[in-house]
Amino acid sequence: MTKKPDLLPGTLDMLILKTLARAPMHGYGIALSIKRSSDDVLTVEEGSLYPALQRLLLQGWVKAEWKKTETNRRARYYTLTPLGRKQLGIELSQFEQMITAIGRVLQDA
Amino acid sequence: MNRFRRMFNKLRFLFRRDSFESGLAEEMAFHQEQVERAFEAEGMTPEEARHAARRQFGNATKMKEQSHEAVKFWFETVAQDFLFAARQLRKNPGFTATAILMLGLGIGAAVAIFAFVDAALIQPLPYANPNRLVGLFSSIPLGPKYNISYLDYRDWKEQNKVFKSLEAYETWNFMLNTPTGTELAQGVHVSDGFFRTLGISPILGRDFLAGENQTTAPHTVLLSYTAWQERFGGRPDVVGQAVILDGVPNTIIGVLPRDFHFGPAAAADFWAMLDPSGPCEKRRICHNLFGIARLKDGVSVQAADADMKSIAARLEKQYPDTNRGQGAVVMPLTEVIVGDIRPILLVLLSGAGLLLLIACVNVANLLLVRTETRQREIAVRGALGASPARLIRQFVTEGLLLIGIGSVLGVAWAYAAIHLLIRLIPADMLAGMPYLQGLGLNLHSIAFAGAVTLAAGALFALTPVLRMSLQEMRAGLTGGGRSGSSSIWRHLGANLVVIELAVAVVLLVGAGLLSKGLYRLLHVEVGFQPDHLAAISIGAPDSRYSQDTQAVALEEEVSRRIGSLPGVQSVGVTRYLPLSGYGPFIDFIIKGRPYHGAHNEATRRQVSARYFTTLQAQLLHGRYFTASDDASRVHVAIINQAMAKKYFPNEDPIGKQIVYSGSWSQAPPPIEIVGVVGDMKEGFLDAENYPAIYLPFKQDPADWFSIVVRSSQAEQSLLPTLITVIHGVDPDIAVYDAATMNERIQNSQTAYLHRSAAWLVGGFAIMALLLSVVGLYGVIAYSVRQRTREIGVRMALGAQRSSIYQMILQEAGRLIVLGIAAGMVGAIGAGMLMRSLLFDVRYWDLPTLAMVAVVLCVAALVATYIPARGAASVNPVEALRAE
Repeated sequence: MTKKPDLLPGTLDMLILKTLARAPMHGYGIALSIKRSSDDVLTVEEGSLYPALQRLLLQGWVKAEWKKTETNRRARYYTLTPLGRKQLGIELSQFEQMITAIGRVLQDA
Repeated sequence: MNRFRRMFNKLRFLFRRDSFESGLAEEMAFHQEQVERAFEAEGMTPEEARHAARRQFGNATKMKEQSHEAVKFWFETVAQDFLFAARQLRKNPGFTATAILMLGLGIGAAVAIFAFVDAALIQPLPYANPNRLVGLFSSIPLGPKYNISYLDYRDWKEQNKVFKSLEAYETWNFMLNTPTGTELAQGVHVSDGFFRTLGISPILGRDFLAGENQTTAPHTVLLSYTAWQERFGGRPDVVGQAVILDGVPNTIIGVLPRDFHFGPAAAADFWAMLDPSGPCEKRRICHNLFGIARLKDGVSVQAADADMKSIAARLEKQYPDTNRGQGAVVMPLTEVIVGDIRPILLVLLSGAGLLLLIACVNVANLLLVRTETRQREIAVRGALGASPARLIRQFVTEGLLLIGIGSVLGVAWAYAAIHLLIRLIPADMLAGMPYLQGLGLNLHSIAFAGAVTLAAGALFALTPVLRMSLQEMRAGLTGGGRSGSSSIWRHLGANLVVIELAVAVVLLVGAGLLSKGLYRLLHVEVGFQPDHLAAISIGAPDSRYSQDTQAVALEEEVSRRIGSLPGVQSVGVTRYLPLSGYGPFIDFIIKGRPYHGAHNEATRRQVSARYFTTLQAQLLHGRYFTASDDASRVHVAIINQAMAKKYFPNEDPIGKQIVYSGSWSQAPPPIEIVGVVGDMKEGFLDAENYPAIYLPFKQDPADWFSIVVRSSQAEQSLLPTLITVIHGVDPDIAVYDAATMNERIQNSQTAYLHRSAAWLVGGFAIMALLLSVVGLYGVIAYSVRQRTREIGVRMALGAQRSSIYQMILQEAGRLIVLGIAAGMVGAIGAGMLMRSLLFDVRYWDLPTLAMVAVVLCVAALVATYIPARGAASVNPVEALRAE
């Protein structure tokens, strides 16, 4: 059994925020969306996803409401708040800075 | 801003906790369902899909826990832990009650004793900058803490370069005229700057003025707060009123503050001024004062001591016939006031501390056993997702809860104990320890209790943590709770029991030594028969009895009336009772012997003709006084054996003549020695006998004296009659200190201090013995329970019951021997530290050590025998089937 690559530390919040920036989604949807958009490279474990969502709720970056799904089930949908959108911007620019920095280091070799 | 929002959101979650829980559960169920669907879509059967989804999901409880962790307040888990701990403790009432009681007992004893230590040794004296105050004494060949003469005090005051001020005081019994007759009132004579030196000002009226003294009329007096309240009803117009003291009117000029106290003169009601023209004050040989002084800034006590010693040396040269052999001693005032009680308090505090240690070790041991029996619970909770940190926190919480309840109980019990102990101190002795006035649970004691609680809490938190590691947690699941860890525990638990036994030995030996010392003290040879002996002291007004003939007539009349009472066999009179301190000393020279200025000192007592026969003293040589030894005859003296040995070695003192030396006002007559008596304890119970000279009362009378009465009846019942008879002679005579001679011995301060130390340490020792034996029983019983199966196997294989006994006893024997051996070493060390409290007992007193070893051995063997018998009566079949 090969081990899947872990998420970079600290990036989970950003990925969730980015996913929610496209559309409100429930927890399963978020996990599925991240998995699909990364071509199955990134897997968000449930054990990390739900505590992370609680943290984001606490910070006020997302809000949650119960809605019906297409299959008529009740599910909790998470929506990005304006604060969350701002936070996403901050995290993206920080992340880009880091990636650029890492890229420069690797280029030299 | 961010933080506020988080806080706000957390609060919202807190109040909607239920909906949060159900929401989370529903959300996760939904998620799992979706995953299941996805697997089904990939072609799995519904059964397979459900399993796969659950596998992927992992530990749902753990996940919920983690989500919880993210949104909850920290105190919620703590509260949860406490509730859980409380449930756990309630489920084991036996364990809980034992642990809490032991802790309460230990903490209570320690806090109660600490309150005394705090009041006496830690709280500063109620004066301005008390650490700059010192006490001054004169040192004579007998010892370093004797009185100063007034003239020496004047010289010290003028010549020193180290004190801002130097003042003197003497305690004094005033004859106070009241509407109901004359009574004795305690007071002090002080020099003018006494209160300014202490930094005390009257709350009403004024202080003594500089230069004011008793020679300049009118006489002035300050009242203590208590005297103002009790004798003058607390009236503000008391200032300016007159009060008759010693037959002389004194004007009240002020009232001292309520919290003012001065240990050496604690119960003093009247503070008057020293009279430099008094008969004693004019003679350099007459020592009646003590000194206090305030150090100049930057001067140390040592420097002051050195300066005073050089002054004393100069005075020795200047006045060789009065000051030879007299030095000066300076010591901190705190030392003067609490020096006597310090060693006893420290011993008691150590005793209480050791008891507390045993209690804590015992509870730690109980906790260990509990951890051991909860191995499986721990393993299950660990497997269900509790992190090690969380588990440890649970144990810490349980320990803290125990110690928390224990310390609350302890503080309550300390509160009761303090009040009980203070009531056990006789009132007059308490008056001598005024610093105990504000005794109670103050901030210091509470802080001390808190510190003890924290330390014990840390101990209890650490014990199970030491015991627990992840590895063992897993082992706990697989094994029957009987893994290799039990041996680790056995060692830790056993070591703890060795400590307990050792501490119990130390306390028992300490108590044994103190009790033996007390016994020796109370049965010390006093040189007379104290049974059936009553004593009472009187003071007659100077106006009617100051002439020698008047005083002699008074003595004869009082003796005659008391002597005719039914049951009275004999009556004697003395200026100072035995066991009342040394009283005045005199210097003398021996006639016919070359005089080199050597300083011959002896204590002097004027006694009536029947004094010695009344006390049933032992006449060694010569004769007793007779009624005809009066002022008209040759002056005679009887000396004690100590004096005969010291000043007349290898010769017969009878017929020798002595003369007072020093600057007496008139040429003293020679005194002929006519008898030698066996030593009687004139000073304190624990002090050595010192040379004493007894003179006939009629040749040196006074209008105050003490009466000793030997009775064939119970002497206690005689005391009220004595007072009535004396008042029948003259109602203006003040009567005080009525007590039987045995009471004087039993209740003397020396006996009291020794007794309280012996009783309290004895109490601690008995509790320590109980606790340590219970601890030993616990360890052995637990070990037997753990080894039931092994014992069963041994017996099935043919082991005899006796060999099982032997096995258990061997295990216990090792602990007992180790504990007692370690304890003996500690006890000898402890004994050495409290040597000063042991009267006539060596700190390594062998009988005491042997006795303690035997007592502890027997108690410990009994504690071992019970579980050993249980082990030996194990039914091998049942033992093997068990588990």
